[in-house]
Amino acid sequence: MLSYVGRRLALGLFTVWAVSVLSFLIIQLPQGDFVTTHMTELADSGNSSAVYEAERLRAEYGLDQPIFVQYFDWIGGVVRGEFGMSFDWNRPVADVIGDRLVLSMVVSVAAIIFTWAVALPIGVYSAVRRYSIGDYTLTFLGFLGLAVPNFLLALVLMYIGFAVFGTDVGGLFSAPYENAGWSFAKAWDLLKHLVIPAIVLGTAGAAQLIRIMRANLLDELRKPYVITARAKGLPERRVVTKYPVRVALNPFASSIGFLFPQMVSGSIVVSIVLSLPTVGPLLLRALQAQDMFLAGAIVLLLGVMTVIGTLVSDLVLMWLDPRIRHAT
Amino acid sequence: MPRDAVVDEERISVASQRQLIWWRFRKHRLAMAGAIIVLFFYFVALFGDFLSTSDPQASEGQRSLMPPQAVHLFEGASLSPHVYAVVGQRDPDTLQRSYAVDPTRRIPVRLFAHGYEYKFLGLFTTDIHLIGTEGTPAERSLFLLGTDQQGRDIYSRLVLATRTSMLIGLTGVALSIVFGVTLGGISGYYGGVVDTVIQRVIEVLRSIPVIPLWMGLAAAMPKDWSVTQVYFALTVILSVIGWTELGRVVRGRMMQIRREDFVTAAELVGSRPRRVIFVHMVPLFASHIIAATTLALPLMIVAETSLSFLGLGLRPPSISWGVMLQQAQNVQAVALSPWMLVPVIPVVVVILAFNFLGDGLRDAADPYDL
Repeated sequence: MLSYVGRRLALGLFTVWAVSVLSFLIIQLPQGDFVTTHMTELADSGNSSAVYEAERLRAEYGLDQPIFVQYFDWIGGVVRGEFGMSFDWNRPVADVIGDRLVLSMVVSVAAIIFTWAVALPIGVYSAVRRYSIGDYTLTFLGFLGLAVPNFLLALVLMYIGFAVFGTDVGGLFSAPYENAGWSFAKAWDLLKHLVIPAIVLGTAGAAQLIRIMRANLLDELRKPYVITARAKGLPERRVVTKYPVRVALNPFASSIGFLFPQMVSGSIVVSIVLSLPTVGPLLLRALQAQDMFLAGAIVLLLGVMTVIGTLVSDLVLMWLDPRIRHAT
Repeated sequence: MPRDAVVDEERISVASQRQLIWWRFRKHRLAMAGAIIVLFFYFVALFGDFLSTSDPQASEGQRSLMPPQAVHLFEGASLSPHVYAVVGQRDPDTLQRSYAVDPTRRIPVRLFAHGYEYKFLGLFTTDIHLIGTEGTPAERSLFLLGTDQQGRDIYSRLVLATRTSMLIGLTGVALSIVFGVTLGGISGYYGGVVDTVIQRVIEVLRSIPVIPLWMGLAAAMPKDWSVTQVYFALTVILSVIGWTELGRVVRGRMMQIRREDFVTAAELVGSRPRRVIFVHMVPLFASHIIAATTLALPLMIVAETSLSFLGLGLRPPSISWGVMLQQAQNVQAVALSPWMLVPVIPVVVVILAFNFLGDGLRDAADPYDL
């Protein structure tokens, strides 16, 4: 059991390291460095001391150092919580990101909760009433949910909300709460606004889970113990819920491993479409403005959060499923 | 045993693997429907210029955001397809452009009409299009699905976008197959440390949120790159992450047959690993690779669409579904001219079709296993 935890932790750390290298790559890839961009601006405005200024800035930010020295400088700063400066905003990256990262995670978690809440009853229903009209309809809807890319779903929902109901479904807060401090009313407002993003993000995952749940439960329902239970006269509802559903439930917990990265990933584009105050729109703007420290920090933080989320779900799964706990 | 069943049994026992796969696949109705739709889309991709009506780049401010036009098939009782000319005017107060049909000016629509010039399949130059107008060029009179902000014909753009979007999936997947089969093959063949390293890499790549990564890599493309350079860079970016699923499938199969006699025999006669993997082992599960590829294609198409939609993927003058949808980012604009959302339909249909097709292929890939 300890070795399992150890292996998971090691893999998590390795992933974090890989993400950090990739994020650094994203910072480094664009031609020239931010000083070049900055200098062009200065030269455009007729500043003659640009060359001297460039040398000074390069030295200050260590851009004249070899690449791996730069990487260690950067990662060392990250560990201390310093992500560098955002040149677009002219503020430290950590300030710019602020609580947007938390909101990104809130959106992703809400989407996962939605996914489970929808997939469990529908999966059970589809398995128990196999080949019924309801099963076919839900399976088809599931396929459709899987096929519609979530940002297109967001686009269409935005359009329907706007054209039919005359409301703007975007955003995470109503206007009065936007800059207000946290309060119960604000949290409630957030909750109401989370519904649309959760549906948009969760539909595809729910469709996947419904199919897994249905297949697992069908396998389970064929087993002799179910027939025995039924033969002994147990009410059908109890026959299904007492054991088969619980056994078939395991993939739900393990699904976090693939759901979470998917949700975080999807939340970026969906946030841009629905203009949610998460890191999504920030990342897009940073990339467009070549504000690479900000972009790199966002990619890194999203990766780290995903790894932590997956790790936690692995541990929960271990706690739930004795087969994993006792495997060596 | 009834006679028919005996005949069936005999037929099955002498059938080739290819036949068995086909019989199995044919039974899967949704997969057959998916196959037909996918073929249709590739047909559109191939003959895009012929099927379009207007030059997709021909823009005209006077025809900005025109709604779709109705085609009237009959004139009285006789078949004579035509459209009516549309006159645009600007509301002097709101500056809103509105369009009115002019029922006095009738424009005949016919098959195999002359339109803009293009190279048919890259072979010869022609100006024949499947549908076109007589008298006036289609660029000024025929807008089956309306026009976009620059007054370009959405139908023609949609047809040509199909080519870009369908092909980017194919090239991206082709690269993924190269990565996936090679790395998955090595991983499954050698096992041990190599296997562990490659498997960890796959796990890492799968546990990273891909879209931010794609966005970062795509944004790093220099702004002055040509359309073709951007296109190829994008396929590489997509396949760098897209190969992992294929890699896993290939590795699993390799592990299964690694200890089979024919592999040992090949090794004993002195075949080098590369030959054993690619000549003896990979062909055995080629059908699985095809199935996995079919399931990977829609992911590529969605990725390209999302990146282009965000303005980080293909850029105008390329036309793809994502590039077209870029104009639909603003809700207010979409609410006024909902036909800008039309590219959503082919995206959804083609993804659905690929998924059904892939599911059917996966089931049929192993015809012996019942």
